[in-house]
Formats: sequence, C-alpha cells, structure tokens
Amino acid sequence: MSEQIGRVTWINGPVVRAQGSRHVNMLDLVEVGEDQLVGEVIGMTGDVITIQVYEETSGMRPGAPVYTTGLPLSVELGPGLLRSIFDGVQRPLPVIEMRSGSFISRGMHLDPLYRKDRWNFTPKLKVGDSVSGGMILGTVPETEALEHRVMVPPNVRGALTWIAPAMQYTIDEPIARVRTESGEQELTMLQHWPVRKARPYKSRQGKAEPLITGQRVLDTFFPLAKGGTAAIPGAFGSGKTVTQHSIAKWADAQVIVYIGCGERGNEMTEVLQEFPHLIDPRSGRPLMERTVLIANTSNMPVAAREASIYTGITIAEYYRDMGYHVALMADSTSRWAEALREISGRLEELPAEEGYPAYLADRLAEFYERAGAVETLSGQTGSVSVIGAVSPPGGDFSEPVTQHTKRFIRCFWALDKSLASARHFPSINWLDSYSEYMEDVADWWRAEVGQDWYALRAQAMEILSEESRLSQIVKLVGSDTLPDEQRLVLETARLLREGFLQQSSFDAVDSFSTVQKQIRMLGLILLFHRQAQRIIKLGAPINVIHDLPVINTMIRMKTVVTNDDLTKFDDIEKNINEQIKKLETEYL
Amino acid sequence: MSDALDLGVNEVVGVSRIEGPLVFVEGTGSIGYDEVVEIIDARGQMRLGRVLEVGEGIAVVEVFAGTTGLSIDGTRVHFLGKPFHIPVAEEMLGRIFNGLGKPLDGGPAPLADRYADINGQPINPTARVYPVDYIQTGISTIDGLNTLLRGQKLPLFSGAGLPHDRLAAQIVRQAALGAPAGQSSAKSEQFAIVFAAMGVKHDVASYFRDSFTESGALTRVTMFLNLADDPPVERLVTPRAALTLAEYLAFERNMHVLVILTDMTNYCEALRQISNIRGEVPSRKGYPGYLYSDLASLYERTGRIKTSEGSITQLPILTMPNDDITHPVPDLTGYITEGQITLNRDLDHQGTYPPVAVLPSLSRLMKDGIGEGRTRADHSHWSSQLFAAYAHVQDVRALASVIGEEELSKADQQYLKFGRAFEQEFVNQGLTENRTIETTLDIGWRLLSMLPKEELTRVSPGEIEQYYMDSHGAH
Ligand SMILES: Nc1ncnc2c1ncn2[C@@H]1O[C@H](COP(=O)(O)OP(=O)(O)OP(=O)(O)O)[C@@H](O)[C@H]1O
Ligand SMILES: [Mg+2]
Repeated sequence: MSEQIGRVTWINGPVVRAQGSRHVNMLDLVEVGEDQLVGEVIGMTGDVITIQVYEETSGMRPGAPVYTTGLPLSVELGPGLLRSIFDGVQRPLPVIEMRSGSFISRGMHLDPLYRKDRWNFTPKLKVGDSVSGGMILGTVPETEALEHRVMVPPNVRGALTWIAPAMQYTIDEPIARVRTESGEQELTMLQHWPVRKARPYKSRQGKAEPLITGQRVLDTFFPLAKGGTAAIPGAFGSGKTVTQHSIAKWADAQVIVYIGCGERGNEMTEVLQEFPHLIDPRSGRPLMERTVLIANTSNMPVAAREASIYTGITIAEYYRDMGYHVALMADSTSRWAEALREISGRLEELPAEEGYPAYLADRLAEFYERAGAVETLSGQTGSVSVIGAVSPPGGDFSEPVTQHTKRFIRCFWALDKSLASARHFPSINWLDSYSEYMEDVADWWRAEVGQDWYALRAQAMEILSEESRLSQIVKLVGSDTLPDEQRLVLETARLLREGFLQQSSFDAVDSFSTVQKQIRMLGLILLFHRQAQRIIKLGAPINVIHDLPVINTMIRMKTVVTNDDLTKFDDIEKNINEQIKKLETEYL
Repeated sequence: MSDALDLGVNEVVGVSRIEGPLVFVEGTGSIGYDEVVEIIDARGQMRLGRVLEVGEGIAVVEVFAGTTGLSIDGTRVHFLGKPFHIPVAEEMLGRIFNGLGKPLDGGPAPLADRYADINGQPINPTARVYPVDYIQTGISTIDGLNTLLRGQKLPLFSGAGLPHDRLAAQIVRQAALGAPAGQSSAKSEQFAIVFAAMGVKHDVASYFRDSFTESGALTRVTMFLNLADDPPVERLVTPRAALTLAEYLAFERNMHVLVILTDMTNYCEALRQISNIRGEVPSRKGYPGYLYSDLASLYERTGRIKTSEGSITQLPILTMPNDDITHPVPDLTGYITEGQITLNRDLDHQGTYPPVAVLPSLSRLMKDGIGEGRTRADHSHWSSQLFAAYAHVQDVRALASVIGEEELSKADQQYLKFGRAFEQEFVNQGLTENRTIETTLDIGWRLLSMLPKEELTRVSPGEIEQYYMDSHGAH
C-alpha cells in the first residue's frame, strides 16, 4: 500500500520537507526514511511536500525516501478500545513496552487493536434487513461494564445478505455482508475513521441533563450538561489534573476518554495503577472497564501531541454513536495549542498573538464543536461532554488560549492560585466561574432530587457574593465594626466555603458526593443561616452563635456522613434547631 | 572526544556563514538532523557542535564552545554520523567532567560500559512505577509539608543571593530512605549523586564539592561542570549528559540517584540565545515556544521503572529573575515538575533558615508517600491543618497592619502568635539540624496547640484527643 512520493530535502525537528510527486493529498499519512517514521502531509507548494513527523527525527538525512499510505490519519475503532492506553497516534503503549522495553523507541508499526482476541458477537439484525450507517448489527460484551454495539459504518447502505451467527470472532473476521449500490461489502467489527473529521449523527438534541461529577462545587454551583463543554483554566499546581481525575472517576458517564496531552508521565501511571482497583459505584465494576487512555506525555514527540486530541475525540464519538454518554477530558489543551504553535513556527508561518498561528481559534472551535448531545444515526441518544484543562502562562487568563477557549465553551471553572496556596481545594473560584447550563439542568434536579436546587443555589451564591463585598470592608476596619447580621453572613460564608465548597479528592468519604448528599448539606447550612438570622433579629449576639458546637459539626459533616447513610443529616438538623432554640429562650 | 565516537561518516566541508554560536555549512552530503559535528579551526584546534537544521547541501550547526576564532575559509567540519553520545560506566562516580563529558580532574577518560545518546528516550508510562517511598531530608518544611519521594522531580525556586545551595547541600547530606515515625530511617548503600552545573560561579561548584567531601559522599558523586565562564551553548548538553549517566546508574545499575541541576535559568538563557539568533518566533520574554517541551525532555527523565530497583530523583535549582514566579523559567518548570520548594527573601532577611515559603510550595506526590505505615497516620490531616492555619495567619497579618494588633479578635491574636512561632520553630532550623519525621510532627502539634481546639477543623476529634497539648504541654 506504500508508494514512494519523494525524497526529504530539509529537516527541522518534527517538520520535514520533501520533493517529489504533485499527486499527494493534504493530510495523507506518510512514512519517512529507512525507519519509516509516521508523519502527515500538512502543506504542499508545487512539488514540495511539508510533513509533520510524529516521532523524533534525530539522525534523519536529506535524500531519505518518503512513502504515502494514500489514507488520512485514522483511528481503529472496535472492541478492545476500553481498558487500553494508546499514544497520540493510537499506538498501544503496553505492546510498545513488550517490544522495546521501558523506553519508547522509534519507527514501531503496531496495530492499535489486538487482532487475536475473540469477542462474543450476538447478531441483532437478520438477512434481508435493509441497513444504513450507524445501525446496530450486533453486540459484544466488551467489558463487564459496557456492551459494545457493533455498528454499520456511516457510509454503508444496502441490504444485509449475510450475518454471522452468535459466536466468537476476532475483529478482522467477517460478521456481515451488505449488498450496496457498488457491490457486496463485507463488514468486520473493525472500522477506521479519519481523526480530523467529525463522525456523523442525525441531529443535535436540545434537552439537557447534568453530567453528575460528585464534585459539589461543580454539580451544585457550576453544572455541566451531558454533551456540554467546560474549560478548567489554572496556574500550575492549582488543581486541574486532580479535578479531571476526579471527574474521570466519578462522573455518571458510561465511557471515559482521558487524554494526557503534553503532561506528566507519572500522572498517566497513576491512572493506570489506580483505575483497575477503583470500583465504579454505578456498574460495580473497576473503573478501567469504561476508560480509554491516550497519553502523549510532555517528553513525547510534539507532533503526536497535536494529533492526540483528535484521536481521543474520534474514539469518544464512536461510543456516542452506540448511544452512550461519553465524557472526554483533555489535560492540557494548552500543550496542544503550543504544539500547533511549534509546528507553525517551524513552518515559518506568520504568527498572530504570542506566536500562536492565526488559525488557533478555528482549531479550538472545531474541537469543542465535536462535543454535543445527539440523536445518533440509529435513533438513540448519545453525548460527548468535553472538559479541557487550560494552562495559562503565569496563571494569567488574558492569554490567547484561555481567551479563545472561553468563546467556545459554556462552563468556565476558574481555578484560583491564591485559593490553592491556602489549600482550599478544589480551588474553583466561585465568583469568577460560570455555567450556562443552569436553566437547562434545573428541571432534572427538580425531577430527580425533588428539592428546589435552583433557589438554594441562588441563596448560597448570594451569601458568597455578599461575603466578598463585606470582606473589602473587613480588610480595612476588621469585622468587629460590622452589624451582627453582616457578621452572620461572614460566618455562613465560611461554613459554605469550608463545609461545602472545599472537597478533598483524597478523602475516602469526601471525594465523591451524591446529589442527594450535596443538596442536603446545602440545605442544612442555609437552614442554620435562616435560623441564626431570626434570633439575631431577636437580639442574640453573633459571638454566641459563633460558638455553637453545631458549626463545627457542619464543617465536618462532609467527611462524617457517608453517601449511603444520609440519615445522620437528620441528627444535624435536630442539633441546629435545638441549639438555636436554646439561644432563643436565653435571649428572649 | 572523537575517539569516543564511531567515525562512520567523516565529511570535510567548508563554512559559508558564521553568526553568533552558529555556523552555516555548505556543500554537505548526507548529514543527519541532530548529528554531532567536529569543527576544526585554522590552527587545527577541534571543537564540538550539533546539527540544528539540515537541507540539501546545507546545514546549520550550533558550536558548543562558541565561534570565536573561527574563520570562513580556515574552518573545516567533520560530521560524525550520529547524535551526541557520552560514555556511561559505574566508574564515573567520584569523577569530575566538563559540560560535554570530558574529564576535568586530570584522570583518564573512563572505561565506558557503553556509549549512550544524550537525548535519551521517553519512558513509557506503562513501564513506570508510581513513586511512594519518601526520602527523609531532616528538614521540617519538606518532610512535613512538602514530602519528597524517591522518583520525584522537585525543584528549588529561589532568587539570587538566597541560600538554595546550602539547602540543596543539606538535603544531599541528610537524605535517607524514610521510615515510619519512631523507626530509624536508613541510608541506602545504593545511592549516587549526579551534579550538573550550568553557568554557575566557581565558588558554587567548589561549595558543593567541599560539602560532598565533608559528608564522605564524594566517591558516590559525578560532577558535570559548565561554569559561568564556560561557553554558554555547552550548557545545552550538560544536563543531558548528566541525566544520561543518571539513567544508566538508576535503571541499569539499580542505584537511587539524586540529580542536582543548577542553575536552570542559565540553561534557559542559552536556549533563548540560540533561538533568537536563528530568528525563531519568540513566545514570552523572548524564550522560544518550545521551551516547555525542551524542559520537559529533561525533567521527565525522572522516576522509577518496573525493571529496576533504582530511581532518579531530581532536585533542579533555579533562580527566579526578579523573584518573579510567573517568569517563564519557573512558570514552565512548575508546569512540568511534581511541585516546588519556594524560597522567600523576606524570611531570609528575618534570619529564617531555610527560608522556605510554605504556602507557594507544594509536593504533588506527597499524598501517596505519607500516612499510616509510611510516616504516621495523622500526617495528612496534620499538614492540611498547618497549611490552613498558616494561610489564615497571612490574612490576619494583613488586617493587623491596617487596624493594629490590639484591635484583632482574641482568636486572631492567637493566630498571629502561632504564625510567628511557626516561622521561628518549625520553618527555622539549623544548617546541620537533622529532624526525624516524628520530631517534625511533634513540633507541628505543639504549635497547633497554641490555637483553640475549635479552630482545628481539618484534624479529626480523635487526633486532637491524641496529640493536642493543653497549656502544660501534656496530651
Ligand atoms: N480536590 C483536591 N483535593 C485535595 N487536594 C487537591 C485537590 N485539588 C488539587 N489538590 C492539590 O493540589 C495539587 C496540584 O494539583 P494538580 O496536579 O491537579 O494541579 P494542576 O493544575 O494540574 O497543575 P499543572 O498545571 O502543573 O499540571 C495536588 O497535587 C494536590 O496536592
Ligand atoms: Mg496538571
């Protein structure tokens, strides 16, 4: 399949020029040099072909041959994706380890999906059925947590002339034949899809459900919808990765695609070591069974970093097309943007802001646009939610990647360096963050949780913004000069911050809160606030309210009350009422 | 050096242009990208370089020793046919080399076990072992609040004139494999130190050498020295040479290797210089857009792997220009490393040693290296409580500076006292004071006991019961 198209004339890091054929397609996959390093055609001028190479080009020489595969950069889709870890161009890292040991060597050509595994296929259609792209041919239990729905490839349409009986097959054995306009076509469980092209669906869906993450500040204050987009910008060490890991662990999505894009090797290792042992509370199975990992760590070649994002989102779309809710995390999109910048710089393109190419905004838009809740080609509901970490230089959000990202996302979880250094985690700033999904998900809360989440949240936000206003005064004159009503606002805001917003990802009880637990906690803090307000009006001084033991109880309740025993909240409620009552009788 | 390399291709060609540390070579045949080059000047003197860019018949070469004394006509260039390699061997311990790996101590060239490409190769994440063993440094702000693990990369963010060298030397002297509180921690037999100097002054290098000598570690140390008056471009090779040896010692010889790289800011300057001369589009402050990837290609050469007992722990030192933590060098470093120990000028002026600013410091790997069976069960809550209390001290100080201490609430006055004591008794410690983890935890509890129990919401009631000291100092 490889045809020689030219010879290398110039090498500068990952960017290589070759001279030769004029009949090469933009974005075609090529192999360069004796080592057959994989690259992609990113530019053509006359007979000069510009290529970005996905591997280290050290030692490559002018004159080296270039071959084309005639195909664009694509991913393999089929059973076996879950539980895998791939590099940025979908090479399976465990196989690389078997072949080349602890260090990744160059020029390895490996099948992304393992060919020898046999999968239990159960047909869902019969001979004679007319089929079209996206229809479900049959199912395979890919893991115990997830049923893989084998689909007719998007561009195939016709009548089914044969379908394999229920049995075990490898992914390249035929499982069906379709008579199409252009003749009979054999289908296997293995499909290919070009990564830079969004997979088709029937229509976008309007109705939104929240993606529940178990993280209180997210679910309660800045909810993300299934199929929505969110950005987590923050300086180094502010908590982007821990937040993304927490979402990957606890989000109520059926499939997780986690892209480590230009980040630390150890962080991928951590997921690899931890996820097989963590049990998904919903499926009762290890988290790894619903997870696909893509790792292009910061020391891996930069061109493959650019590709890793597309590899990940294409896999996410594939599971969406089966009718699943998929959540994709990209940590960090800034490294991807920097990869674009580096390639662009070596191409000597005209830079726009801060050296980024002028098309940065377009690429970001294209990526986030691939999120969404859709009606699939087969009429089911599926979604891809995208959560992108952003790493602004110096933690300054005015830089191009953060600013452009903001235009294309609807949930902004702003991490705050000063909260992080005070060890308030997650360090999501409640005044700078926002969610545009609030109205969309309010109905779901009403139906599923039954309490008026919208109103409770609004009350809490009001107290927090009031606190921020008051703290300006406190900074100048201290809090003693404030009237007691206002000092109570400070007290309740502290309760909200320490008792509700702060959530440790590393505490066994606290790391994940059900929505029921969240709403109950919030309700109690606000109950306390109302009760205290009432007795302050009656003349009870703030100091005695401050000393109520129930305040300490409420700060600790997040780690004391477990998700499966919320009745303890009843006791706390009783405590609040009793302790306030006692004060009331004392001060009346 | 040339005898160290297998002279496969040995092309002799001429130079067409010289600009800063770069020479532009024309009429070349088959030259590989990133290949090593020998440049011979009119007097027959040889210097080394590296190919930065190649086209047909042309190559851009960076000359490590600089281009002073090179002429267009009198210069010849040999291409050696492969990327830069250095010899690696256990017997390199105890030796001193220059920034390119040539002996500086008058000794013979080491008998190489083999030659290794200084660029290394990325560690496969599937082959890594997540670090969990803590290193007891004997320094409370590190062991207690920013615990260092074997296989971690934890830089010192410092500033000109701050005692980062003393701190690094103290860490090297005192470092031992941590044990649970109450048990004694052991010095490992299988340890090694690889020290790389980039553009630092002579006295810094000799300070470290003397310190290694005093502690009797010198025979376990390899030094790669590129000093302030050595050619800047050579600095781009120095850390790579050091890490190549470190990888050999750790992953092929099962040693626990501590790598000290100082000063990373000088390294980045050299990178910026080359980039500017090549006319590359700069990103922030004139540094190239690939500074992040370049730094990552050094810092990521840290950790543990399944096939070896050894480990590489990195302790890079960098001076922040203008003490500015948002400057690209500390900023991009912080985005790659697993935390940072930040030194602070005010604490230093107050006479606090080590002047570790606790709040902007962080060890990301700490959580898995502490707790029951590793340090002590209360460690995690204890550190969280100290951080929270000390963070509150900052607010109280700001307020006190406006309204005066007397106007503070009683609790806030207690916080002020706590803050002072924390800096004087916990942060501050002697240059030779080697505290056990137990001592560190105990000092922390003694200080926390200066605050009312109700304020301690990050530790559990049980822990308060066990460790909180009433006014007589009893639990
Ligand atoms: N929810 C949390 N609970 C407890 N600790 C947290 C939480 N979030 C962050 N942290 C702490 O903050 C540290 C830094 O977090 P993290 O590694 O996620 O930062 P980051 O924003 O991804 O940084 P970088 O950009 O450098 O990758 C963690 O190692 C942990 O100690
Ligand atoms: Mg991170």
